[in-house]
Formats: sequence, structure tokens, C-alpha cells
Amino acid sequence: MMTGVPLSWYLILSAVLFALGVAGFLFRKNIITVFMSIELMLNAVNLSFIAFSYQLQQVNGHIFTFFVMVVAAAEAAVGLAIILSVFKNRATLNVDDVNSMKY
Amino acid sequence: MDVILFLVFAIIAVVCGINVVVQRHPITSALSLIGVMGSLAVLYLLLGAEFIAMAQVIVYAGAIMVLFVFVIMLLNAGAEETRGKSLVAQLLGLPLLILFLAFASYFVQRFVPSSTIVHFGAFKSGTAQNIGIALFTRYLLPFEVTSVLILIAILGAIVLARKELDR
Repeated sequence: MMTGVPLSWYLILSAVLFALGVAGFLFRKNIITVFMSIELMLNAVNLSFIAFSYQLQQVNGHIFTFFVMVVAAAEAAVGLAIILSVFKNRATLNVDDVNSMKY
Repeated sequence: MDVILFLVFAIIAVVCGINVVVQRHPITSALSLIGVMGSLAVLYLLLGAEFIAMAQVIVYAGAIMVLFVFVIMLLNAGAEETRGKSLVAQLLGLPLLILFLAFASYFVQRFVPSSTIVHFGAFKSGTAQNIGIALFTRYLLPFEVTSVLILIAILGAIVLARKELDR
């Protein structure tokens, strides 16, 4: 007997992870945790891409996921540099305290 | 076997995802996020995406999360303080989230053809060879543009994080 999982379960898991990412993005105060929530959302979308790639039997979704990973890496490098710079200037990681562009 | 593997790693992913959101200390969130990424890599393997699963472990769980942990250590980030919680958000947040997820699940169940059953090994073109062929023929231009993007990201990170020089 060879039973498998319906494809919709993967999509529902992707939706759950994405909703968790949105919740973390909205509720957290620590700027690093907010940033990690964004990564969680990107991962959830990657799972959707791979699942649809399976359904269509094409490799295109994998390529998209690959590019999302590359963009996430670039985004993490620049975003963490911005966080370092903010911390150097404000000495805080709370997003509520960072409410002006300059000074 | 497929069902058991999916359920185990889906539950690990969701529990770690909840942990990312509810933990007050950033380092705990980061380690939970590594758990999410690791279990997602197993799910990618189940869907036949070998190359992406390996890239997920190496790039995401390896490189990006090490960068996060490094910055958390560098900034000595402690637990965040809670203050000024909105009563509306506290009362409505969780029910609305569950309602949203129920709607999303309903529509996914309704509109995705339920005939597609995921069998391990049914999708064979997720190998590094196939990804490479697609990447270097059809998607050559985006691939090259990506290198420029990474170059810009490196320069931006260096410019943003360097020490201010006295003039």
C-alpha cells in the first residue's frame, strides 16, 4: 500500500507558516525578531513554490525558490548591517524607539 | 511512510514557527527558525526537490542563520520588554488568526485538485543537473543579474556597517 499526502496539505502548512510570519512581524518589538519573521514568510512561500512545481511536474518553481534564497541572503546581509548601524546610533533594538529618520 | 514523515516534520515546523513568534529572547527565536528550516528541507526532499533541500540546509540554516546568531551575539540582545499592549490586539488577534487560517485552508481544499497525491520519488527532475540546465539556458539572464544583486548587497553591507572615519 502506497499512500501519499494530498498536495493541499503542503499548501495549508505553507499558509500556516506564512500567517505565523505575519503575526511575528506585527507583534514583535525586537527588530531582529521582526527580521526573522520575514525570513519565515519567505520560507513559507518557498514551500508553495516547490509544491506547485511538483504538481505541474516542472522545474521552474525550483528556480524561483533558488532566486528567493539568493535575494534572502542579500537581504539578510544588508538588513543586518542596517540593524548594526541603527544600534550604533540609537543604542536600542526596539522598533518603537526608532521612529525618526535622522537624529 | 510519506504521511508519517510529512506529519512529523509539519508539526515540528509549526511548533518551531510558533516558538519563533512567542519567544521573548531573540536567540531562542533564531534557534527555532533553524528548526523550521531544517524540517522544511525534509519536506522539500519529500516533494522531490533534492537540490533545493540541500541549498536550504546550506544557505538558509547554515549561512543566513549564522549571520543572525552572529548579530544577536554582537549586539548582546536581551529579552525584549513588553509595554503598552493593545487590549484589542490581545483579545482579537488569536481568534482572527485562526479564522484567517480556517478560511485559507477551506479555499485551498476547495480549489486545489485533491487528486494530486504526493509520492516520494514521483518527481525526478529536481536534481542538480536539471536545475543547472534550466539555470544556464532559460534563466541565464536572471542568474547573471543575481550576481550583480549580490555584489550590490556586499557593497551596501560594507558601507552600512563600517566604522565612521574621522575626516
